[in-house]
Amino acid sequence: MRIKPIQTGALGIILAGLMIFSPAQADEFTKADLELWQSEFQEVVKKGRQVFTDPGLGTNGVVCAQCHPNGANTHPETYPKFQKQLGKVATLGEMINFCIRNPLEGKDLALDDQRMIALQAYIAEERRGVKLAPGKH
Amino acid sequence: MSKLNRRELLKGAGVLLAAGTLPVSMVEMAFADNSKNFTFAYISDSHIQQIKGNIFVRNWDRGLIRSVAETNLMDPKPDFVFYGGDIAQLGKKSEIDHGLEILSGLRQKVHYVMGEHDYYLDLGEHWKKRLGPDYYSFDHKGVHFVVLNSILTYDDWTYNRWADGVERMNVMAGLDDHRGSPFMVGEKQRAWLKKDLAGVDLNTPVIVFSHSPLQKIYRGWNFWTEDAEQIQALLKPFKKVNVFYGHVHQIQYNQIGNISFHSAMATAWPWPYPESNAKDASHLPKLTVQMNRADPFFERDATGWQYIDIHSGNAAMTFSLTDNSTRTVAFNPETNRPEDTRYQNNRIPPQDHY
Ligand code: HEC
Ligand SMILES: [Fe+2]
Ligand SMILES: [Fe+2]
Repeated sequence: MRIKPIQTGALGIILAGLMIFSPAQADEFTKADLELWQSEFQEVVKKGRQVFTDPGLGTNGVVCAQCHPNGANTHPETYPKFQKQLGKVATLGEMINFCIRNPLEGKDLALDDQRMIALQAYIAEERRGVKLAPGKH
Repeated sequence: MSKLNRRELLKGAGVLLAAGTLPVSMVEMAFADNSKNFTFAYISDSHIQQIKGNIFVRNWDRGLIRSVAETNLMDPKPDFVFYGGDIAQLGKKSEIDHGLEILSGLRQKVHYVMGEHDYYLDLGEHWKKRLGPDYYSFDHKGVHFVVLNSILTYDDWTYNRWADGVERMNVMAGLDDHRGSPFMVGEKQRAWLKKDLAGVDLNTPVIVFSHSPLQKIYRGWNFWTEDAEQIQALLKPFKKVNVFYGHVHQIQYNQIGNISFHSAMATAWPWPYPESNAKDASHLPKLTVQMNRADPFFERDATGWQYIDIHSGNAAMTFSLTDNSTRTVAFNPETNRPEDTRYQNNRIPPQDHY
């Protein structure tokens, strides 16, 4: 692959930007940064819980939490894994869409839809601490 | 009659059998004197859910419609039917009425147990208007039956916390909603129960129906009754007691002293076992071999049916699971507890799936 030469004008602007907004070394971050990133994540977890209990996600008012209290039985730690009904090794997002299509009688979410990401963040948070076990049933 | 199997019970039900498993439970009371035998069916947790106007969630409707059809095809005919609670999802009149409309297809008398989903919108007003008292007892062919409303909770929670019944119902309907409150039978019914049981011979088999388990399994999801020990103490003097409960949407069984506990499956949807909640500890009876879970799944895999033989007050209960092998949990007189006749010491992968 050929890398496009960067125009010096643009590079100048990027460098200037770095100078202004990020004076510290690239590999340094502070406790405040860590806290910020954690709280950004927890915000999305919270939003995920809302989506997980949102009667408007599908078409029939049924919500994920009705069958998966505390995200139980979603097993994010086992993905990717083979799913018989999909006939392939699938991601967590594809299984979430399976449940949206079936019990919720809804339409697939795009895999990068903010609600899809939030659902995954919530589910993963509920399972925090469970050993990673890709492929396990 | 000692053992019935599903095929014998459903002679002439070929079409429905082909369609799959039956979300209804059959209970048989068998006595040494055969002429005393009788059976009853047990249907539970249909969670009829209104979408809008006369449109209801199809899956939940189907589960209940099928259980009614299967019950009507049973041979021998059950003497009556027990309904284990949670007719409705959000306690609405429309949901209770729609559920009862479907249940009106049953040819037998139905005894109802109050579920939390029937109660917390209007504190059971519509349910009681349609069905009568929420706790009572009766005798049938030598067995004393008791129905309890076990889904009450602390008055402060019920009366002082919520803007209206809709909010209260929504919170209680969320199994994992931490704003919920533990279930209980309460002092009034316990006093009534004590009085009711005072007139019953201690050798009479007693069968108690409640919605929540009258044992403490997992408080987080209300697989729990706050005053369980006090109820158990009232039942202790009897030679043989069976407690049947709904609410948990899964197979559970246990033995505490003289009391055998059995749960019923839901006609609506299955629940994971509480131990699969990674963040909390539960006390699922060690005895319980978990229900078979299809994986990859059929979303309603644990909606099935069961029937029970009772010999000298001891139950043998057979569960049919959708897309899964049949389970029989029978009282083993040698160990003095209910055991899975096939899987108790020999689990298969779908039972250790969590
Ligand atoms: C009607 C009940 C029901 C509803 C509603 C439901 N699911 Fe499921 N879902 C199931 C069952 C049952 C399984 C299979 C579990 C098993 O394998 O034991 C499952 C499986 C899954 C899995 C895969 C689990 C595994 O072990 O691989 C994920 C992820 C999932 N559901 C997410 C969701 C999400 C997100 C929603 C809401 C959009 C949802 N489900 C709604 C019943 C339901
Ligand atoms: Fe229920
Ligand atoms: Fe319930």
